[in-house]
Amino acid sequence: MHCHQLGININIPEGARKIVLAGNPNVGKSVFFNAFTGLYVDVSNYPGTTLEISHGLYKKDVVIDTPGVYGISSFNDEERIARDIILSADVVINIVDAVHLERDLFLTQQIIDTGVPTVVALNMVDEAQRRGIKIDIDLLSDLLGVPVVPTVATRKVGLEQLENTIERARRGNIDFHLDERLKSMVDRVGSQGEALLILESDPIVAKRHGLEPGNDREEIYLARRERVNDIIGHVVSEVSQGASFATRLGRWMINPLTGIPILALALWAMYELIGVFIAGDVVEITEEVIMQGMYEPYIKGLVGRFVSEGSVLGTILIGEFGLLTMTVTYLLGLLLPLVIGFYLSLSAFEDSGYLPRIATLADRVMNFLGLNGRAVIPIILGFGCVTMATITTRMLGSERERRIATFLLALTIPCSAQMAVIASLLVGVGGSYALLYAVAILTLLAFAGTVLNRLMAGQSTPLLIDLPPLRLPMLENVVKKTTTKSIGFLKEAAPLFALGSLIISTLQVTGLLVALQNLLSPLTVGWLNLPKEAAQAFIMGFVRRDFGAAGLSNMELTAIQTVIGLVVITIFVPCIASTLVIFKERGRSEGAFLWLTSLTTAFVVGGILAQVYAAFQNIWALYILCAIVLLVAAVIGRLPGGPKPLTPVASGTGRDHCG
Amino acid sequence: MTLDKAKRGQSLKISSIPSEMVRAQAIRFGIAEGAVVVCEQVIPAGPVIIRRNKQEIAIGRGLAENIQVEFY
Repeated sequence: MHCHQLGININIPEGARKIVLAGNPNVGKSVFFNAFTGLYVDVSNYPGTTLEISHGLYKKDVVIDTPGVYGISSFNDEERIARDIILSADVVINIVDAVHLERDLFLTQQIIDTGVPTVVALNMVDEAQRRGIKIDIDLLSDLLGVPVVPTVATRKVGLEQLENTIERARRGNIDFHLDERLKSMVDRVGSQGEALLILESDPIVAKRHGLEPGNDREEIYLARRERVNDIIGHVVSEVSQGASFATRLGRWMINPLTGIPILALALWAMYELIGVFIAGDVVEITEEVIMQGMYEPYIKGLVGRFVSEGSVLGTILIGEFGLLTMTVTYLLGLLLPLVIGFYLSLSAFEDSGYLPRIATLADRVMNFLGLNGRAVIPIILGFGCVTMATITTRMLGSERERRIATFLLALTIPCSAQMAVIASLLVGVGGSYALLYAVAILTLLAFAGTVLNRLMAGQSTPLLIDLPPLRLPMLENVVKKTTTKSIGFLKEAAPLFALGSLIISTLQVTGLLVALQNLLSPLTVGWLNLPKEAAQAFIMGFVRRDFGAAGLSNMELTAIQTVIGLVVITIFVPCIASTLVIFKERGRSEGAFLWLTSLTTAFVVGGILAQVYAAFQNIWALYILCAIVLLVAAVIGRLPGGPKPLTPVASGTGRDHCG
Repeated sequence: MTLDKAKRGQSLKISSIPSEMVRAQAIRFGIAEGAVVVCEQVIPAGPVIIRRNKQEIAIGRGLAENIQVEFY
């Protein structure tokens, strides 16, 4: 048996079958998964990636979810995982979007070609009907050679019939020529699924068998595409209809004239939810009333009975940065509500099909930074929480893009908590100074992106993105996704936070905190023209950047000092949680490089602003400085001879992360 | 001509797509060389949106400049 194929550690009971759910992105797979497994679901981390795979029990069998993919191969992490899980399946339930047969049946036929017994759930048949698409289900089943069950998962229609059909899952029809070739390959490798992927030039599967990958992916893909188109030609008849409102709205979202206001509106709604309602009203209750008002006095009293608060252990446990005080308060009182609000918005965006449209809208702008439109998603998310945004850089097509995006996030994007403090400080300094802050940060973003794009070897992948139909997100699904992701976040962030407060407490107990402050003062006073106490804010900034910004608010600063202080603290090292995620995602040496670069850049940029201002005594000099830097960036971006991004010349595009 | 020159509403036949990896992904979306697509939308200086039946995909300008198409 090929036990290594599954890759993840799932406990399969004796005699249980592995029922695998597979499908394209956004076809409602999770609704099926929830219907089959109910509440008791396990989440496993796939080794070497940070993708999580849900699995649960259905009767005596194990149901395993897979990431949404358009096909299985080695193009990205999602596909590799889906491939391995599907190849190890006893039964595959393939969920297909009835409105999108052209796209979805490609995967269906590929799964059938692997030879695994399959059932097709033809989902969203109600929507297809409304759109005037008629599908001959019996004929589809005949042509594919596997049972096809029409479903409307969101309304639980057809799920029972699907359950009853699992027993009738069978191997489907395979193209005659492909079948012949598969047979001879199966003789060599034993499994039809692996044989298929080797023929389809999958380097990883070929390597497992010590074979060279075949060269026929394109030929097989084309034949499969033709077969699928032929099937669709037979089973689908369409009553033509005018463009629906969703179609028109979809177009408006992409067109800059209408798309930018729509995006602004969506972001505003998100800001109202997370920045105003949750960060204000909710956190006031969870952090101040519950955690600081009730929990902290209680735990201090409890621990204080055994350990004095002034002692070393006391400081570490229940002091200013204590493990049981600040860590818990911050995590549960402040971060958790923000994270929940954040994931709610994100899941709604995701399920509605809006994200790929934002990516399309922003593609042109992102190209200047060596990224394609998809990268706008982590950048937007960064304004919520840089830590989570860093995790989402995984969706980008190449290692190069992930590197650039992570860098820009760490360097220039202030998270929502920090934004709140920054905004309140900027209100006090007046329009031209507040604008200067924004201009300085945007200038750095543009400059850093252009330079990175210029210096980094390799090519970024061009935008090639599926625009799924717009749909109203389903509340149940959004809530479920939010819950799973928020719990995942807590598990990941809690130890990091504990570590952070431990470090700071140790610095405090040993007196190093004050020593560091004195050490930094030449930099703050001499170079940045800030008061000596500003060093305190930067030290706080190591833990969380909003801490740092808040530290500035207690100081007597002139308008220009405020702006410079804020610029420095924005560029400053990412918070501890972000730093650790960056290390996890990007590896140690790159993480350390990024961290030190942020630190240096913060002081270099802040210092240049301070020194130029000191020389001219005029803030317009700083605006001119920004303009010059932007001009330099534009020239650097257009210099001939560098890497030409976003044009797929080499065949290796998007493949550099296969290793 | 190349896809970036297409105008909204035009019916086009894809004659060549650069890069094996992009071709593979496009075939999965239903857009193989030889497929007939409709240009749905052209974002000024930005991506081109093409449609084949119900399937819409957005193609970045840099890529569109390298996709050969002919009128159909």
